[in-house]
Amino acid sequence: MPRKILNVPQIASSEITPESVWLDRRNLMKAAAAGALVNTLPTQAAAAPAAKPLSYSQAKCDACSTEETLTPVEDATSYNNFYEFGTDKSDPAEHAHTMTTDPWSVEVSGLVNKPGKLNLEDVLGGFDLEERIYRFRCVEAWSMVVPWIGFPLADLLRRFEPTADARYVAFKTLYRPEEMRGTRSFTSVIDWPYKEGLRLDEAMHPLTLMTVGLYGKTLPNQSGAPLRLIVPWKYGFKSIKSIVSIELTDRQPQTSWQELAAHEYGFFSNVNPEVDHPRWSQRYERRLPSSLFKPNRVPTQLFNGYAEQVAGLYAGMDLSKYY
Amino acid sequence: MGVPLYRLPWSDRLWWALVFALALSPFLLIVYGVLGNTLGPDPAEALMHQTGEWAIRLLVLVLAARPVAQWGWPALFRYRRMLGLFMFFYATLHLVVFAQVYVGWSLAILLEELIERPYVLVGFAGWALLIPLAVTSTDRMRRRLRQHWRQLHQLVYGVAVLGVLHVLWLSRSDIGDAVLYGVLLGGLLCWRAALVLRRRFTARR
Repeated sequence: MPRKILNVPQIASSEITPESVWLDRRNLMKAAAAGALVNTLPTQAAAAPAAKPLSYSQAKCDACSTEETLTPVEDATSYNNFYEFGTDKSDPAEHAHTMTTDPWSVEVSGLVNKPGKLNLEDVLGGFDLEERIYRFRCVEAWSMVVPWIGFPLADLLRRFEPTADARYVAFKTLYRPEEMRGTRSFTSVIDWPYKEGLRLDEAMHPLTLMTVGLYGKTLPNQSGAPLRLIVPWKYGFKSIKSIVSIELTDRQPQTSWQELAAHEYGFFSNVNPEVDHPRWSQRYERRLPSSLFKPNRVPTQLFNGYAEQVAGLYAGMDLSKYY
Repeated sequence: MGVPLYRLPWSDRLWWALVFALALSPFLLIVYGVLGNTLGPDPAEALMHQTGEWAIRLLVLVLAARPVAQWGWPALFRYRRMLGLFMFFYATLHLVVFAQVYVGWSLAILLEELIERPYVLVGFAGWALLIPLAVTSTDRMRRRLRQHWRQLHQLVYGVAVLGVLHVLWLSRSDIGDAVLYGVLLGGLLCWRAALVLRRRFTARR
C-alpha cells in the first residue's frame, strides 16, 4: 500500500465558508468596531445594493483578453472619475451609493425602426454575457487593466434596427440632482446630463462592450451601475456610465467634454501617444496601482494597443486633426 | 523678531513649537501615507494634490497675517516668517514629486513641459520667485538689505497671482478651488492695494 507522503486534511466543500458569509462576518466586525466609536452613523452598505455574482462565459476573440496584471478590484472601485458625485477620485466610491439603480430602464430612440425601452431585467436576461479583460486608459494619463462583463453593443443596437440614415449614436447618463451631489455643485461647469457619442461603425465594432459587471459581479455604483459603455481604444471618458438614453442620429452629437473644451477633448478621443492633451503629455501612462518609488510608467500605445482591430475605422483620417 | 528662541519665555516657546508642529503635520501625514501605503492606487496624484494645496493654503495665511493683525489678532503675524518658509517647503515638495513621478528627472522632459504647458511654467515661475524670499528670510539678510528687503519681499504678491493662475489652468470641469483661492488671495491683494492708495492719498494732502 502506497504510503501517504503528506497528510492533508480533507475539507468537504460544504464546510467551506461561502464568500458572502465570510464577507458578512467582516462587515459585522467592522460595524461592531465602528459602532463602538460612533453608533449614530448610518451604514452605507444598506443604501447601495450589494454586488451580485453574474454568470458569464470567457470571451473568445483575440484582443478580448490580455496577460497583463489585473488592477486589484479595490483600486478599480475606489479610484474613479464620475463627476456626478464629485471631482475627487475617492468621491464616487464615497457618494455614489445614493444613486437608485433599481428600477432602471434605457430608452432607445431616434433613427431606429423599433424605438423602445429596455428594462434592466431585459438587459441582464436577454444577452449572453462574457468576460473581457481590457486595458483602460484615462485621458489623465493613468491606466488600469479590468475584467469587465458585458455583451457587444452591436447586439443591443441590432434589436432596435437602426435605419439606413443612422450614422451616430448619442448616449446620456442619468441626471438626478437629488441623488448626485456633484451635479449640485455650483462651481461645476458641466451642463448635465453627461453626454457622449460614437460613430455608428465604432458603436457596432465587436470590441465595444455594453458592460454590466466587473470582476465577476454586477457593477458597483461608482463604476457606472447598472449599465455602462466600455470602448477600450478610446480615453476613459468616452466610456459613459449609468446610461439611460441611447439615440441614433444622422449628425455628430455634441459631447459633454467637447462642450466644455473642444480644443482639449475631441469627438473621437482615441488613445494616441502622438497627440498630446494641451496640458499634459499622452506619451506615457501610470499603470495603477503605481507607487511613489516605482511609478510604473509605461509607454502609451496607439489606440491603447487595439490598433490591429480598430485602425481600419480611421483609414485616411488625420488623427491629429480628428483627435 | 530677532530674539533667539531660547531667550523667549516658556509660553512663547510653547506657542512657537505648537505652530511649527501644526505646519509640519500635513507633511507628517503625507510621510505616514507614503510609508503605510494609504494614499490609494495613484499616490503620485494624491501627493501632487496635497503638497500643492498646502503650499497655497500657507500662502493665504502668510498674506492674511497683516490684515488679521490690524483687526486685533497679532498672533498670526508673529509666525509669518515660519509659515512662509513652510510654504516654500511644500512648494518644493510639490516640485520634487513632479520631477520624480511625472518628469522622471529628465531635463528634456522638464523643458518640454515648461515650454508646452503654461500651468507648469506658471507654477515653476511661482516657485522660483520664492527662492530669493526664502534665502533672504534670516534676520541678518534683512538687516543687510535694509529698505530693499521690503521691496524684494513684495514678490510674494506675484507668487499669489501665479498661484491662482496655476490652479485655474489646472481645473478641468470644476473651478471651485480656483474660485476659492482666487477670491481669498484676490481679496488680500485688494486690501494691500487699498492700503497703499490710502497712504498715498493722505501723504499728498
